Amino acid sequence: MKKELYDVIIIGAGVIGASIARFLSRFNVKCLILEKHNDVGEEASGANSAIVHSGYDPKPNTLKAKFNVIGAKMFDKINDELDVNYIKTGTLTIGFNNDDLITLKSLKERGEINGVETSIIGKDELFKLEPNLNKNVLYGLYAKEAGIVNPFLLVSGLIENALENNIDLKLNSEVIKIEKIMDFYRVFTKDKGIYETKVLVNASGRNGDYITSFIEKPKFKITPRKGQYILFDHFDDHFINRPLFMCPTKMGKGVLVSKTTSNNYYIGPTNEASSLDDVSTTKEGFDYLKKESLKLINNLPIKDAIREFSGVRANNNIDDFIIEESNLNEGFFNVSSIMSPGLASSLAIGEYVSNLIQNRLNLKINENYNPYIRKYPKFNNYEKLKDLININPLYGKFICRCEKVSEGMIIDMIHRKGGPTTVKGIKKRLRAGFGRCQGTFCQEEVIKILSRELNIPIDEVNYSDLGTNILKYRSK
Amino acid sequence: MENVSLVIIGGGSAGLASAISAYDNGVKDILVIERSHELGGILNQCIHSGFGLSLLKEELTGPEYAHHFINELKKRNIKYLLDSLVLEINKNLEVVYSNSFGVNKIKAKAIICALGCNERTFSQIFIPGDRPKGVYTAGLAQKYLNIDGYLVGKNVYILGSGDIGLIMARRMTLEGANVIGVSEIMPYSNGLNRNIVQCLNDFNIPLYLKTTVSKIVGNKVLEGIEISDVDDKQNIILNTNRFIKCDTLLLSVGLYPFNTLLNKAGCKKNSLTNGALIDNNFETTIEGIFTTGNGLHVHDLVDFVSEESFIVGKKAAELILNLRNDVISELNVNNKDNVSYVLPNTIKLTNNNEEVYFYLRVRKKINKGKIKILNNNKIIYSFIKMYLEPSEMIKFKIESNLLINLKEIDVEIEEIK
Repeated sequence: MKKELYDVIIIGAGVIGASIARFLSRFNVKCLILEKHNDVGEEASGANSAIVHSGYDPKPNTLKAKFNVIGAKMFDKINDELDVNYIKTGTLTIGFNNDDLITLKSLKERGEINGVETSIIGKDELFKLEPNLNKNVLYGLYAKEAGIVNPFLLVSGLIENALENNIDLKLNSEVIKIEKIMDFYRVFTKDKGIYETKVLVNASGRNGDYITSFIEKPKFKITPRKGQYILFDHFDDHFINRPLFMCPTKMGKGVLVSKTTSNNYYIGPTNEASSLDDVSTTKEGFDYLKKESLKLINNLPIKDAIREFSGVRANNNIDDFIIEESNLNEGFFNVSSIMSPGLASSLAIGEYVSNLIQNRLNLKINENYNPYIRKYPKFNNYEKLKDLININPLYGKFICRCEKVSEGMIIDMIHRKGGPTTVKGIKKRLRAGFGRCQGTFCQEEVIKILSRELNIPIDEVNYSDLGTNILKYRSK
Repeated sequence: MENVSLVIIGGGSAGLASAISAYDNGVKDILVIERSHELGGILNQCIHSGFGLSLLKEELTGPEYAHHFINELKKRNIKYLLDSLVLEINKNLEVVYSNSFGVNKIKAKAIICALGCNERTFSQIFIPGDRPKGVYTAGLAQKYLNIDGYLVGKNVYILGSGDIGLIMARRMTLEGANVIGVSEIMPYSNGLNRNIVQCLNDFNIPLYLKTTVSKIVGNKVLEGIEISDVDDKQNIILNTNRFIKCDTLLLSVGLYPFNTLLNKAGCKKNSLTNGALIDNNFETTIEGIFTTGNGLHVHDLVDFVSEESFIVGKKAAELILNLRNDVISELNVNNKDNVSYVLPNTIKLTNNNEEVYFYLRVRKKINKGKIKILNNNKIIYSFIKMYLEPSEMIKFKIESNLLINLKEIDVEIEEIK
């Protein structure tokens, strides 16, 4: 049977695959994203520190440095286009003694080589910026160009925009085999799909070396590192105002304390060797994070913790990103090992790789390309909420009381391209179920809304991946 | 802006009783604002019986108990809104709510917050391990079963022997699920004795005291859990972990007041209950904002919620109708030995000689205790009570003249060996 031939297939709908797809949609291209999960952004892209690093930290002349510095500067624009809650908060790296001051100075110099401006500040200025710091802190490296972003909306926004501009997405399509045939690639998925493409992009995150091995011997090996986090409720609007890092020492990078774009706070990550799929948390991890974070801040309301989770980062044995077209297999692009600062670098990587592909395939400009997604129905005052209710009364019917999410907002999200079909998908994009009650009150209503809007029975609504339906058995 | 004498936030057991009581005490202009699509609150999903024995002298199911109060509300033509969420209250006694008709701000003479409580989740008690589907609070599983008609699983383990957990052990067994066991971190159950007997013993469901869930296992769906023994300080004893295969873990590990609205308004928080600080009128630190029910402190029985809320409705009516007497002295109340919390936190005395009610919980199980109110270490009131348990709220009242001119009292329980 003759298969449809794609120009490009991207394996993986994390932030990297999503970004490549979105920038590729600037061109006329027949492109398909294959994602093994039931939603986009389900692995490291959905469990990370959500920081847009400014780029002073990576070793000069690495891909990390290059893409981080360019990528960080792209967030203002993407925020305008995709509404990703980017906030330029700056970051502070905190020193506790004179050894740390020496390290901070060398980081500042490194920043200068990378082209990133930072400043070293003393105790007085530190406490003006962050009144809740531990009283033992002495110095800070202030990177004012850094910021925070909503990583869930970044991925879903990139995907929605790519799909609006005619890219295709297939969920639940785990790649299990790839064949190179003449000048194209044949990709087999677990759900018995077979796809053919001229260009194949490996953006499969922590499976990067495994996917590569279908085509050629990988030049790198993924050495997954697990990071555990503890997330806190919004207990105080200005507990801290920006990400706080510890000055790195021989002992490692330490943990960070940060706020999210939704005014939650978190501590983390740990940094542990792990297996590819181990996203478990441990008591040792919790104890370590609680203890270490108190070096940065003067107290932590443990009672306000609402969630502990882990993410697995696609670190590798050469400690840098892999972003290249294979020199053995034309048309095979490896975009792999996108570890920290991967989120900050993601847009620059997407733009760069899409340009490489355009060159390879000689793609024409997409005249109908629209870089904007439809604005989310948000309200920051009651007048705006009234306007929304005038458009659709369901904007006034609130489903999630912890995070103030209304039925209208959920319906709007479901009907976007690449929109959520699962309870977790709603939670990631809209925060219904993200708050203090963790869905105890709203999950049932979310299931009913998904069922109604997607026209599927309520017992087929999944929590996340296929086979995770919550309502299992009819009662007697 | 619309004016309403009394706004009651929450149409569950506390909201209903306080509305009825305020009405009967002379306030006719009342608005009850309910988040969900029906009145009755969490009672609607509690289809087991045992409600009303103390207050109504008959044994009712949750929906029947709610129905009784909803009827009383309707008889009085008290106004209520459904599917309406209060977004904000403030110290000027303004209430902003939203529903599909719009966003409204109303000005009240008094607000009663009857907000109910949250269930503690597995994250709040830091259970390590994976994050699969299959872990629920008992209340959510109860809603899925009793409201929607679905079991969330068939091989169930329950952590925590709170009443909802016990009730769900029986309910799921009756629906054909295999309830493997119940773990309780304390050396005693936190549920009512009648529930231990009727929900566990009668169905041969084992209760493992001094154990807890030490790990959640399962990639996408729950595959099992590890339970471990704990020592006297509730710390896990290493190498006592054993794996239990199950597809569902239900948590019944405590309830705590929902207080976001009160906190945001600026009402001072009670760190011991997670509710607000109150005086003997159930008024928060903001004049005109009252709080009651499980949104103030978690009760053992709904009957006690209703009783308390009858008082609160009356107190709010007294403020609205200018029936309050001048305060002649004011004192603080502290919890001391063996008392985990006591309400009220302050007492404002007037010359109407009204009795003062106290609500408290004991910190640990005590067979025989002497409950004492002290001022400067001098006992001003005491009584002996047998079989004190953390799961049972202690209520008593004293004559107000015992308290006149005091600045501070301590409430403690002496264990009598």
